[in-house]
Amino acid sequence: MQSKLGIDFQHVQHARDISKSIAAEVQTFVNSYTTVSVERTLCRLIGIDGVDENGVPLPNVVVESLKDKNALDKGILFFMANAVIETGKTPQEIAEQIAAEGLDITAFRFHWQPEVAAALKPYVDKHLEIIAGNRLRRENYITTLGEGSKPYLYVIVATGNIYEDVIQAQAAARQGADIIAVIRTTGQSLLDYVPFGATTEGFGGTFATQENFRIMRRALDEVGEETGRYIRLCNYCSGLCMPEIAAIGALEGLDVMLNDALYGILFRDINMQRTLVDQFMSRVINGFAGVIINTGEDNYLTTADAVEEAHTVLASDLINEQLALIAGIPEEQMGLGHAFEMDPELENGFLFELAQAQLTREIFPKAPLKYMPPTKFMTGNIFRGHIQDALFNMIGVWTNQGIQLLGMPTEAIHTPFMSDRYLSIENAKYIFGNMKSIGEEVEFKKDGIIQMRAKEVLGKTIGLLEQIQKEGLFTALEKGIFAGIKRSREGGKGLNGVFIKSDNYYNPFIDSMLKR
Amino acid sequence: MSGGLYSTEKNDFDQTLDLTKIKPYGDTMNDGKTQISFTLPVPAGDEAIEAAKQLLKQMGFDNPQVVFHKELTPGFTFFNCYGNYTGTIDYTGIYVPKVESVSWNMHETDEFIREKISRKIVVLGASTGTDAHTVGIDAIMNMKGFAGHYGLERYEMFETFNMGSQVANEDFIAKAIELKADALLVSQTVTQKDIHIKNLVELVELLEAEGLRDKLILVCGGPRISHELAKELGYDAGFGMNSYAGDVASYLAQELYRRINRK
Repeated sequence: MQSKLGIDFQHVQHARDISKSIAAEVQTFVNSYTTVSVERTLCRLIGIDGVDENGVPLPNVVVESLKDKNALDKGILFFMANAVIETGKTPQEIAEQIAAEGLDITAFRFHWQPEVAAALKPYVDKHLEIIAGNRLRRENYITTLGEGSKPYLYVIVATGNIYEDVIQAQAAARQGADIIAVIRTTGQSLLDYVPFGATTEGFGGTFATQENFRIMRRALDEVGEETGRYIRLCNYCSGLCMPEIAAIGALEGLDVMLNDALYGILFRDINMQRTLVDQFMSRVINGFAGVIINTGEDNYLTTADAVEEAHTVLASDLINEQLALIAGIPEEQMGLGHAFEMDPELENGFLFELAQAQLTREIFPKAPLKYMPPTKFMTGNIFRGHIQDALFNMIGVWTNQGIQLLGMPTEAIHTPFMSDRYLSIENAKYIFGNMKSIGEEVEFKKDGIIQMRAKEVLGKTIGLLEQIQKEGLFTALEKGIFAGIKRSREGGKGLNGVFIKSDNYYNPFIDSMLKR
Repeated sequence: MSGGLYSTEKNDFDQTLDLTKIKPYGDTMNDGKTQISFTLPVPAGDEAIEAAKQLLKQMGFDNPQVVFHKELTPGFTFFNCYGNYTGTIDYTGIYVPKVESVSWNMHETDEFIREKISRKIVVLGASTGTDAHTVGIDAIMNMKGFAGHYGLERYEMFETFNMGSQVANEDFIAKAIELKADALLVSQTVTQKDIHIKNLVELVELLEAEGLRDKLILVCGGPRISHELAKELGYDAGFGMNSYAGDVASYLAQELYRRINRK
């Protein structure tokens, strides 16, 4: 490929090679561990669902019962298989018995792995088929109905009430939105369980539950058929339930998931060991389900400066890419993140931003890059904000971004009104249409501001990656390399849910899903 | 809009400014011109436009004009409107409680602390409760600051600690005790269903229960926070939109000095 920025692709390959070795080291760690959320995910993937009489989700009840007996190192599936063999009951029935009668599944006779595998096979296969079926359903829809052109228009709904969200989402789809993200209620990322059922109360967003996913999926299919475009549904695979959300999303046919390897560590202070183990399982599921993952590098720039710290975004994109590849996510499903966060007062800020977006495009040619709108410098001046969003949209179409997360003029004031979304979609459609081929028509001046900026960022990225490689990712996080945020290896939330795997540990989903 | 972009009508109202009776200004004193937009849950059409106009009349606008409307989705219509507001406000009778401190620059604040307090001021900040937004507390505390205003970390005479987001009030207080903080800065960005109020009040109650309330300068901030609200909730000061690290720093220095002298 010819670079419009004059960058040397051998340098890019070098950056990739370093990132690969950083990711490989992390993976060595990941392979030896499991977590309570990974185990709850396995429960869900063999059909355990519902809540006990106190409203506690059954996957939590089951996993807690093993944790109490210090038996989680062998994993839930081993004990569940023993119970299935000895009682002849289904995993769901056994889970209900654990909840109702305190059944101890560690007390059953242990069986050899071939028997364990055979006992669980019907449940494992059934859920793999459901997920594969959802993937097929999506692909059929895209073939028969069609889809919007890229950059996809991505908007959020965040009323707190799933039924109100449906009204907002369908309105947005009719106006031209391609992806609807249902923002989660604030604080859900720190819940160590996935709430159950349809919900109508939330703060700044709506609970992610399997039933809410189902309700919104149905609504988007309905409006997709009406408008003749497949409408994608997005939610958030992050926080303490990262892989569980991936599982219920895959079971309900979600299309896009926020799913960053490092975000939870940096921005939610979730323990790094926990998150790195969880992200692997969640990404394996997302990869298998054909879900586009979105990474969260854009958030770095809400705390750190967009000019000085641009290279940390790119470095993190490269590491995220390598971790995703290990988890079986193809480049076409990698919505690597970056953001338009230049200070509007900065002279030539637009040019720097253009350089960064084009650089990201050239380094990840196949990825449906996720481009985030201005937030940090949105002031409540909705009129200037609308123009900032317009500049952002220009760069989106110019550099052929994959997913344009539309900015709202009322950013920093409230979660979007129906009319805010309309104005933003109108803004994007106007610019995407009027400037459609600008990227093919306009070249950048040799060694001009844009080219030089791109080279500078790439150079600094390589320097940073070399430093991380030397120290290892864990140490780099401890030193606060990303977003200026320092996190300790033993600190943060959720470390007490991390377990080293021992003999008999069984999880057939990783291999089955990676094989695909 | 058709015809008559330029008004040829004679203005028959009093055009002198009277601060006891102010009203919105478009391009002529006392014209009352106001722009307003909203969505009504009805389909587009003449009836919808009439409904919007009647609504404007009810709000107190003369000459209501719907200049643009668009059905956003079946059954919901968006309006951009103008009207001449009929009411007035007595500006001379307005009182707004404000943080009583002089805003200095970083150098002046550092100098003041060095001379008058002779030690560093220990400040602990966080976005508390379930609020995941760090943007506010970062703008005030981070080295870099915001919009050219350096954050407290850059000051020589502040010892700062930023706990980030989603910090439980209990953990926040424990840290304050550990650091022997002089001041606590609480940032609240998410305000849906008044969750920030609940959260802010809880912190005050916990501090009172611990007997710490009077030993600390307690400050809250965020886009929806005013000094008046902060006082009401039991805080010493509140900083809303368009306040920066410099304002907070000067206030903390002056307030701590006041307290030291009072003793």
